[in-house]
Amino acid sequence: MSDGDLGLWAIPIAMLGGAIRVSTPFLFVSLGEVLTERSGRINLGLEGTLVFGAMSGYAVAYLTGSPWAGVLAAAVAGSIFGLFHGLICSLPRVNDIAIGIAMMLLGMGLAFYFGKPYIQPVAPDLPSIGFGWWSDLPQVQAALRVNVLFLIGIAAAIFLWWMFRATRVGLIIRVVGDSTDAARAMGLNPAVIRTLATAAGGAFAGVGGAYLSLFYPGSWNEGISSGQGLMAVALVIFARWNPIACFWAAILFGGAGALGPALQSVGVSSGYYLFYAAPYVLTLGVLIATSSPTRAVTGAPGELSITK
Amino acid sequence: MTTAPFSRRGFLKGSAALAGAGALGPLAGPALAGSHSPLTVGFIYVGPKDDFGYNQAHAEGAAAVKAMEGVVVVEEENVAETVDVQKSMESMINFDGATLLFPTSFGYFDPHILEVAPKYPEVRFQHAAGLWSADKHPMNVGSYFGYIGLGQYLNGIVAGHMTSTRKLGFVAAKPIPQVLQNINSYLLGARTVDPTITCQVIFTGEWSLAVKEAEATNALADAGCDVITCHVDGPKVVMETAAGRDCFVCGYHANQSPLAPEKYLTGAEWNWPGVYTRMVQTVLDGGTIDNFDRGGLAEGYIKMSPLGPAVTDAARNQFEATMAEMMKGDFAAYKGPLMDNAGNTILSEGQVFLETDIALESMNYLVEGVIGSTS
Amino acid sequence: MATVDQIGTSGRRSLLSPEGWLAALARRSEAVVIPVGALLAGLLVFGLFLLTQGKSPAEFYALVYKAGFGTSFSWQNTLSRTAPLLFAALCVALPARLGLVVIGGEGAIVLGGVACGALAGAVSGMPGALGIPLMALAGGLAGAVWIGAVGALRHFRGVNETIASLLMAYIAIALMNHLVEGPLRDPASLNKPSTAPLADQLRIGDIPGWDVHWGLALGIVACLLSWVLIERTTWGFAARIAGGNVRAAQVQGLPVGRLIVGFTALGGAFAGLAGVFEVAAVHGAANASLATGYGYTGILVAFLARHNPLAIIPVAVLLAGFEASSGLIQRRMDLPDATVLVLQGFVFVAILLSETLYGRLKIFAPERWGERA
Repeated sequence: MSDGDLGLWAIPIAMLGGAIRVSTPFLFVSLGEVLTERSGRINLGLEGTLVFGAMSGYAVAYLTGSPWAGVLAAAVAGSIFGLFHGLICSLPRVNDIAIGIAMMLLGMGLAFYFGKPYIQPVAPDLPSIGFGWWSDLPQVQAALRVNVLFLIGIAAAIFLWWMFRATRVGLIIRVVGDSTDAARAMGLNPAVIRTLATAAGGAFAGVGGAYLSLFYPGSWNEGISSGQGLMAVALVIFARWNPIACFWAAILFGGAGALGPALQSVGVSSGYYLFYAAPYVLTLGVLIATSSPTRAVTGAPGELSITK
Repeated sequence: MTTAPFSRRGFLKGSAALAGAGALGPLAGPALAGSHSPLTVGFIYVGPKDDFGYNQAHAEGAAAVKAMEGVVVVEEENVAETVDVQKSMESMINFDGATLLFPTSFGYFDPHILEVAPKYPEVRFQHAAGLWSADKHPMNVGSYFGYIGLGQYLNGIVAGHMTSTRKLGFVAAKPIPQVLQNINSYLLGARTVDPTITCQVIFTGEWSLAVKEAEATNALADAGCDVITCHVDGPKVVMETAAGRDCFVCGYHANQSPLAPEKYLTGAEWNWPGVYTRMVQTVLDGGTIDNFDRGGLAEGYIKMSPLGPAVTDAARNQFEATMAEMMKGDFAAYKGPLMDNAGNTILSEGQVFLETDIALESMNYLVEGVIGSTS
Repeated sequence: MATVDQIGTSGRRSLLSPEGWLAALARRSEAVVIPVGALLAGLLVFGLFLLTQGKSPAEFYALVYKAGFGTSFSWQNTLSRTAPLLFAALCVALPARLGLVVIGGEGAIVLGGVACGALAGAVSGMPGALGIPLMALAGGLAGAVWIGAVGALRHFRGVNETIASLLMAYIAIALMNHLVEGPLRDPASLNKPSTAPLADQLRIGDIPGWDVHWGLALGIVACLLSWVLIERTTWGFAARIAGGNVRAAQVQGLPVGRLIVGFTALGGAFAGLAGVFEVAAVHGAANASLATGYGYTGILVAFLARHNPLAIIPVAVLLAGFEASSGLIQRRMDLPDATVLVLQGFVFVAILLSETLYGRLKIFAPERWGERA
């Protein structure tokens, strides 16, 4: 152990570290999507929001010198995208899935367009807290270097879970999501509530993007996202629209993403493309296992177009 | 559906226009620049030209050409290795009157440059790293490249002095000859310091994929590697992540020392400004560029980043001595006896690969001491 | 979709009177005027965007015209980018008839290309007239299986097809990379790992007199055949019913499962053919350059064409023209390459937004032009 060689123990430690490092964007995007979908609307465009959040967060952090200003900017940008999506989808006959794809394209296009000048500069990183002080191993210390946004994400997951269960706001969102007619009967305006929920969901996705550019991998370029925003939408179905389950799903996918490099580092090197595809295969497998042809998925909001 | 009339009409109009385009027949040749008008030079990049890496190195060359008298430079970035690049080349020729093109990505050569070049015999196509050969390829195509493996060898020498775990790390994109040669050279350089040093390689599978590069770097750090270098298009993420894990880094493609000033040891850089201005000057003077052009440190194709603050005197001395040796030419980083990491003999006692040896350009093995495999 | 029945009953009789003509024209022109108007609105908004960037929209559109459609070179440039878009758009438009949103055509394209490259070695001794159809069959089959599986998962397991197809596109690209750099790699392909190069007689050439390969002609034929399938066959009719209401279709005894799998597989087969043409007409071998995003642009084409296979043809040409002009715009106006992506985004949103106008503009109502309701 003295020379830092952990043998096969390197794999679980790397996966733990990877889970903590890689999961945060999944967590934020899926929480945002839960909020949106619980109100009966789907936003497939969160990938574009994520990428735009990454760009705007990086740019603002670089220009102001404050990473937190960057996070705030990403949240605001994300909520604008969400608001726009929500407003368009409030119009009759507009397909929210298709609009999501279009918004994804637009978000990525705008992010790449405005992001050109920020590929080169170095923006300040978000701070992290070391929870590995109890261990002598640098690997464990590194794995447990936890970013503040990750902790905020956990808090947000718990808060949303409590909100849906125990608050009036949570109840309103759930009613709107389960039945437009029931919501109208209660004197609620479903379009307004859905639009607000979509805007809030967009803010979450924007913050997830800021994590990518401001902490891990901590730089802005056009390949910054490898589909995290899209996979997070799938994760929501897996997590059955439960914010706490979103957290565990995000951890699982972060760990799966770390599998490929970790296996190579202990000498398992053939077929690495297939290991790299693990998160996608896992998502698909989970979707197949949890879907059902005859009934709506348990926990699905009744008004959701994607599960109807 | 009620769209039929629209579509039928639209289609007829469209096909009439197509017929019109076809009737114009083969393309008219481009308006050739007269001797008095400026030379238009086109540069095409596969990624963003400010990636701290491969594309930036070429764009720095383009910037130097832009500063020359009597030259106009046109550039395009993020051009895919498909029909896209063929049409970008033709567009530069047809609309901008470009007569000298530098399509800089390896994948542009076959089939794309080879497809377009015969159509425009008066245009010169200069390609980085393509294996031009007189009996197979058009005379208006040229290929040039630098022995950057030597740079990685020098990286390895410094890394060999600076490592305390005797384990180096390499983040690589794909197991292709150019990359394998860099990995091997890096380790061979380090082994001149201590023959027990090993090098762990992790392939990301893509030329540019930020999250995977960061994960690979972390995995290397977890495995105990303490000096890390890479061969991906944009090394920014690897450099920042490795420095964040308290590892030393060696650069590649361009100078990345601003990204990790304390941890940056040195780096193997392309020196395209010198190469490109020389080639363009040849054309301006009415000469012809060689179809097959290679060079190393001595010829100014590659250069090393200035040594970083952490580098020890012992490392500096060997680095400078080896560099002086390389400047004399005919340097051999690969000397027998040499085995690959599967136990096959590559070179037996007394055999060497000189830096100019073409066999190095089809390398398909990792030398003994590299942990990783080529498939 | 009730418009078809209206034409069949009330429309035909009154065509004889002048008012009837106007009414029919009004009804039919809705499907033209709204998307074209939305397209123009999208272009207009993008022009305003350019103004905020201190760039001239007039110069921009003049360059798009010049580089996309202005010269014979521009046309060849545009048309050689059109072929893969036609196939990729069909992969979205055909499942859309059943109400499915399949966005993973990229996966079928790369696997179609890999299948073609893999088979090329085995058929290298055959004449082109035999070998090329076999390679096309292999590529089409690979795409059909891949996207057909998405349809099957949808119907038999209730898995959302949008997300499943996208995940499968990522998996397909990983598979492609694994195969061309591993089992199928030609050892002679040094720095660009590829399958073995196709024999000369297996290469697909250009349409005579043009600098555009045969994929364009085949793509147009595929669009025409798809239109016939949808508009003129009972299968197409049944698919539209199932797309409107699955339960109603099942009550009527329509084979919904077979329709879903069949339409998704056919769409996938077309996307696979796009990969075959990329390999046999452009690259000469299968390699990582197969994954360059044609599948995603195809989504845009299909939606702009409102999933009408005939409309796909002009829309694909238009979008290919936008992409053909990207380079000139970068060079002349100093705009980033993502500019065309922004333009596409604005146009896409505008077109989807215009969906809300159908049936709500009085000018298109037949009653306004004298037809008795």
